[in-house]
Amino acid sequence: MTKVLSGSEIEDLLGSNFKNQIEAIGEDYVQVSNDKSLDLFNNLKIDHQYDLLSSVTSVDRISHFEVVYHLTSLQKNESLVIKINCGEGRVDPKVKSVISVWRGAELQEREIYDLMGIMFEDHPNMKRLLLWENFEGHPLRKDFVS
Amino acid sequence: MSTELVTMNIGPIHPSTHGVFRMRVTFDGETIIDAEPIIGYLHRGSEKLAEERTYTQVVTLTDRMDYTASMTNNQAYILSVEKLSGITPSVRGVWLRMIAAELQRIAAHSVAIGFLINDLGAWHTPLLYLLREREKILELFEMMCGARITNSYLRPGGVFMDAPDEFWPSLNKFLDDMPNRLDDIENLLTDNEIILARTQNVAILKKEDAINASITGPMLRASGVDWDLRHRNPYDFYEKISFRRPLGTVGDNNDRYLVRLQEIRESLKIVEQCLDLIEPGPVKPEEVPFLVRPPQGESYVPIEAPKGELGFYLVSDGSISPFRCHVRAPSLINLTLLRDMVIGYKIADLFVTFGSIDVNMGEVDR
Repeated sequence: MTKVLSGSEIEDLLGSNFKNQIEAIGEDYVQVSNDKSLDLFNNLKIDHQYDLLSSVTSVDRISHFEVVYHLTSLQKNESLVIKINCGEGRVDPKVKSVISVWRGAELQEREIYDLMGIMFEDHPNMKRLLLWENFEGHPLRKDFVS
Repeated sequence: MSTELVTMNIGPIHPSTHGVFRMRVTFDGETIIDAEPIIGYLHRGSEKLAEERTYTQVVTLTDRMDYTASMTNNQAYILSVEKLSGITPSVRGVWLRMIAAELQRIAAHSVAIGFLINDLGAWHTPLLYLLREREKILELFEMMCGARITNSYLRPGGVFMDAPDEFWPSLNKFLDDMPNRLDDIENLLTDNEIILARTQNVAILKKEDAINASITGPMLRASGVDWDLRHRNPYDFYEKISFRRPLGTVGDNNDRYLVRLQEIRESLKIVEQCLDLIEPGPVKPEEVPFLVRPPQGESYVPIEAPKGELGFYLVSDGSISPFRCHVRAPSLINLTLLRDMVIGYKIADLFVTFGSIDVNMGEVDR
């Protein structure tokens, strides 16, 4: 059975190096700051064998946007959830792209940009994935009226 | 000898693109030097639509994602809803949906192999042998729930109706017959000289690259990684079942074909074990209401769908419809490395590689 780490177990795993980066600890996730997020992800991938990025997705929390990462370690058969809050408010949300850590984020980050309007800094090909180029708005936002 | 580069558009309406998939490919003579997938022609906004429907109504949307594997789509979604709302499914309901899911895997792999052989130029003959077997499964589904492709069979807590008495002899007949039909297919295809020449050592995907690009399912196992969620994270009653996990050694197009073919045999064994273990009882607990109203929270339950890891990330705000419903679509993510896999090969290898990835455009675009 894949072990799903709880919030405090993820905190222990990250250790003291990333203590300042943790913004909130939930029941089964840890919310980290956007600054130096790549160091944290690299640490998880290389030192803790979280080699498979299961999924990247985003949620419109109305007060702000958040990006959710589901990571899996094939060797240890464990999974965990990391969240990044894309700043306060709804204007110009952006986070750092994790493509340099996991290539699997490439199409998923483009999908999030397309449908939720979150920018991924340093993504090599940041353009719409499913909708056409001059489409106005981002349909998965809660203020987009369908 | 290098020639003037030619950029060509392939698709979206093309017999070898398995739906509405488009590629912009640059060739040097016949050699591919760049390929860019362009998708979205079947985008229906399923994730947005789900936010305006009740939890039970969303089941019908999941059918239309990977329409060659509706049962497993239902299963992934229902498992996530059950975890979110703390529903314990009824025992018979779980066995029925496992039987449905494994039959669906056989049907989906038959389509994958059939169209791969089609892309290799064996026009329609092997494909029709496989579609004939798939047709028998669709008829079994029709007996189970009245629908062939868009089943909507599963409900939170189990399934919506029991299979009729006539279903069981028909299923047994299918299970007895299918291994012989698979032998026929193997005799016809596996050692075929043309197929070997066209698929062996073409578009090799290395283990590390596959994991790094989040590739899952038969494609990952063809690259030699023993990762099957039915075994590593047994959902439903898979921990009571034993089955072999076929692995590839090279990670080329031929391995991806062989892994799928062997998985069909394993799925048949799983269905047989389910038949031994299934017990009478209700197919859905009485106390599960029609209008599910999960508490605030979120859930993500990945399952092993025919194409790879499929999971629904659901966020609930305590109302009758999901606040957010994201689909982790294996078809989309398995396309990440298409460009890297085809560069340097010939135009004819492009479609074979694309066929061996086995994507379903309904799931890529959602």
